Amino acid sequence: MSDDKQSWPSKSDWQREYDATRLRDVPFETMSGVPVDPVYGDAPLPGQYPFTRGLHAAGYRSRLWTMRMFAGFGTAEDTNARFKEILRNGGMGLSTAFDMPTLMGYDSDSPWALGEVGRAGVAVDTLRDMEDLYADIDLGAVSTSMTINGPAAALLAMYIAVGEQGGVAKADLAGTIQNDILKEYQAQKEYIYPPRPSMRIVTDMIRYTSAEMPKWHPVSISGYHIREAGSTAAQELAFTLANGFAYVEAALAEGQDVNQFGRRLSFFFNAHSDFFEEIGKFRAARRIWARWMKERYGATDERAMMCRFHTQTAGVSLTAQQPENNIARVAIQALSAALGGTQSLHTDSFDEALALPTEKAARIALRTQQVVAHETGVTNVADPLGGAPYVEWMTDEMERQAEAVFAHLDELGNGSILEGVYAGIDNGYFVGEIADAAYRFEREINNDQRIIVGVNEFTDGNEDDETNLLRIDHSVEELQRKRLEAVKQERDSAAVDAALTAIRTAAADPTVNLMPPIIDAVKTYATEEEISNAMRDVFGTYVEQAIV
Amino acid sequence: MPIESTDTRQPTIRVVLAKLGLDGHDRGIKVVARILRDAGMEVIYLGLRQTTASIVAAAEEEDADAIGLSMHNAGHLALAPSMLAALDDADLDIPLIIGGIIPEADIPVLEDAGVAAILGPGAPAEEVVAAVRGAVAART
Amino acid sequence: MSVKKLPVPQLVGRALEGDRRAIGRMLTLIERGGEPADEITDLTHPATNGAHVVGITGAPGAGKSTLTGQLIRHLPTLGLKPAVLAVDPSSPLTGGAILGDRVRMDDVAGDGGFIRSVATRGHAGGLALSVPGSVRAFDACGFDPVLIETVGVGQVEVDVAGAADTTVVVVNPGWGDAVQANKAGLLVINKADRDGANDTRRDLELMLDLSHVSGHEDGTGYRPPILMTTATDGSGIEAMWGAVTAHRAHLEATGALERCRAARFRYEVASRLTTRMERSIARSVDDLTPDGRSPATVAADLAADFLA
Repeated sequence: MSDDKQSWPSKSDWQREYDATRLRDVPFETMSGVPVDPVYGDAPLPGQYPFTRGLHAAGYRSRLWTMRMFAGFGTAEDTNARFKEILRNGGMGLSTAFDMPTLMGYDSDSPWALGEVGRAGVAVDTLRDMEDLYADIDLGAVSTSMTINGPAAALLAMYIAVGEQGGVAKADLAGTIQNDILKEYQAQKEYIYPPRPSMRIVTDMIRYTSAEMPKWHPVSISGYHIREAGSTAAQELAFTLANGFAYVEAALAEGQDVNQFGRRLSFFFNAHSDFFEEIGKFRAARRIWARWMKERYGATDERAMMCRFHTQTAGVSLTAQQPENNIARVAIQALSAALGGTQSLHTDSFDEALALPTEKAARIALRTQQVVAHETGVTNVADPLGGAPYVEWMTDEMERQAEAVFAHLDELGNGSILEGVYAGIDNGYFVGEIADAAYRFEREINNDQRIIVGVNEFTDGNEDDETNLLRIDHSVEELQRKRLEAVKQERDSAAVDAALTAIRTAAADPTVNLMPPIIDAVKTYATEEEISNAMRDVFGTYVEQAIV
Repeated sequence: MPIESTDTRQPTIRVVLAKLGLDGHDRGIKVVARILRDAGMEVIYLGLRQTTASIVAAAEEEDADAIGLSMHNAGHLALAPSMLAALDDADLDIPLIIGGIIPEADIPVLEDAGVAAILGPGAPAEEVVAAVRGAVAART
Repeated sequence: MSVKKLPVPQLVGRALEGDRRAIGRMLTLIERGGEPADEITDLTHPATNGAHVVGITGAPGAGKSTLTGQLIRHLPTLGLKPAVLAVDPSSPLTGGAILGDRVRMDDVAGDGGFIRSVATRGHAGGLALSVPGSVRAFDACGFDPVLIETVGVGQVEVDVAGAADTTVVVVNPGWGDAVQANKAGLLVINKADRDGANDTRRDLELMLDLSHVSGHEDGTGYRPPILMTTATDGSGIEAMWGAVTAHRAHLEATGALERCRAARFRYEVASRLTTRMERSIARSVDDLTPDGRSPATVAADLAADFLA
């Protein structure tokens, strides 16, 4: 189970990769001026299969993790302004949050949209909004992350269309779309259609991007939400990787090349409060993914075996009581992500337990990452905790627990993890496990067996004045509805209808890729809801069981 | 523990639990469902994506003693009153309990509007049960 | 006046007129048992119309709730007005229950169909004691059919068969060998879009053949048909309901319906008597202490008092 020393490549292989890597121009020494080695301890070294100790030989010496902060609120224009500010300040990428109606495939004028338009993110109803969102931004020069799942195909289609308008070819568009529909049934609940047709949409997008958009990551296989819903660390690890295996099996079943699409898959994990458990989890994730991709799914290109991941600190760990304590929590969680070797990190703002973050709180969150990256020295050495007995034991333990889950799903699915995941969604296995874990956790806090500072202990200071809360202005809703109405007036209804019919026809034929007809439809300024409905007509909608 | 067909003790409390609107965070409401079940109540669990109409229909058909709504997305100032209005329109005198992330400042606003009880995130089991029992007793 | 404060006769009157709130309240009083429930029995019994009572059973996960939801959507198009009792077990430890079936039935307010969630409240058989009374109440209020949906294998299936005219047993592909089809009016293979549906059908046919040979059937030579459905998209629902009505016709034609209902009547009277007896027994026995006589003698003496 743990890394077997006999068969590993030699240190000289590691050295070769290291020497060929371009490093950041900073001294790699302690604060006192003591030079340190890029890595300590035994094989497998960072950059060597199964990548337990990291994906790259030089660790953070070549590149720090991406400090990717979310933006998205109000209208497309508001967000566009925020994007431009981020880029001006040297920000590294545009990360977009969408409002609830957009996330669920509803337009701003839907009854479901009441009170929600532009609140939790930006409202996108048609291509017009997308055009405004990225106005005056060269899509060929930035990397964009879109956090959306059910209606992901429509949003990607809009992004492609905007790129085209700006003279940027699809092949030059760089970014990620979350598009991880399996975890929606397990945790986040932002599904539209039932699991199998939804999986078809995902594999269509994987195939389309593999062929046409080599710089695009079509799925960000996420554990963050599973953890927020209440799972344990091992469950987060196991369910996420199992979902990953399911996507791989689905793509393979369609004849896609594992080396080609495997390179484009990435992950998204939670950084919670038990420091060493998290680090063990991150390391185990890399080891497990590499092994399975190579041994079970036949990958031969190492890039297809790499578990590259984004991390977000645990929103659910933030307390409303004495919120400033959250700054400490986030700092420790961010540190665990750095020691775990994350490729990209979002740190939560301290006031997020109560409402959307204020600008000051968001800035502190970013500064927290910068403190970890530039002041602590942990980035000088790759996998600095590797070899520590506790850390290695924890890594093995996380792997052991995950493998037990994979075995169960394999059995449920008669030898197919994909079928096992479908069955687990169907019979409530995932939601049941998560609900049980969540309940256990609440009981422990209720019984004071688990201390949460400010909540059940050390409550002195809870009565202090409430932090300033960000209140969202509701006029956005009216504005957005008017914009939508204007677009509907101006567009060619006949073209829209024809395009929607084409989507329905394509949806009914599993051999047809849905991306091209969806791209055609967005160009007619069909709305996101209209496009989603065209597929609802064919695929039906999903209603979950009440599993508590 | 034998349960007689005639409730010689307090009648069993029946509570409808639901989330209004699109918000998909159901971790808290599921914990509350278990807490209430463990306190001997019958929980009619509607879950996510309910409308005031579906909740009113359930409350009528199930003869609910209380309705519990869970809110996380700062929608409480709009959603709670709309639920109260719907109950009013249907002539249902059933106490409404709101749980979730509610800023202190908004609590009196909701109470004035007619919400029977407000539970903060992670409220202990005893508090949850007491709130429901109290709200039901107050309307009997 | 709030429905909660109405005296029973007025409450029942309102319910019979179709007031949903009153119906809901009436069902609660039936569940609580005791004198109000008996009064309701007396008032609703004469108003019944012989509604078709259909039990829907099967193992957890078979898709019963989704199937029932499809029926509630379909039946009004045939001019019918369905009611549903969705039964789930109470926790033996705490007496509480999570009742989550109605979510999957996805009922839309105002369609006429009525859904009521019922907890078993410790009743050993698995069907709540209040079911017969609730069925009667729905019937009296003009609902027809009355669907009883419950997780059932073993004893619960027997109970449902006792409470319903037609019992539908729902299975999934791959479950052909785990079914008790003795009292089934029809068998439904749900999730029929999955692999193995046809194999399961064959297994079930084989099992029915064997039942026929071994004589384990209802004595009229009736062989339950096997239907295929995919509840999630509604396929097969019309045919399924067709088979239910055909079963009803068979019951009427053979006189089995009357026999069934007479048996239910006897059963309900017996369980009411049992409940009364149990209470009397508890009262008699609670303060007993050994006084030298044998338990057989003591029991015989007490029984003589009861039955005098």
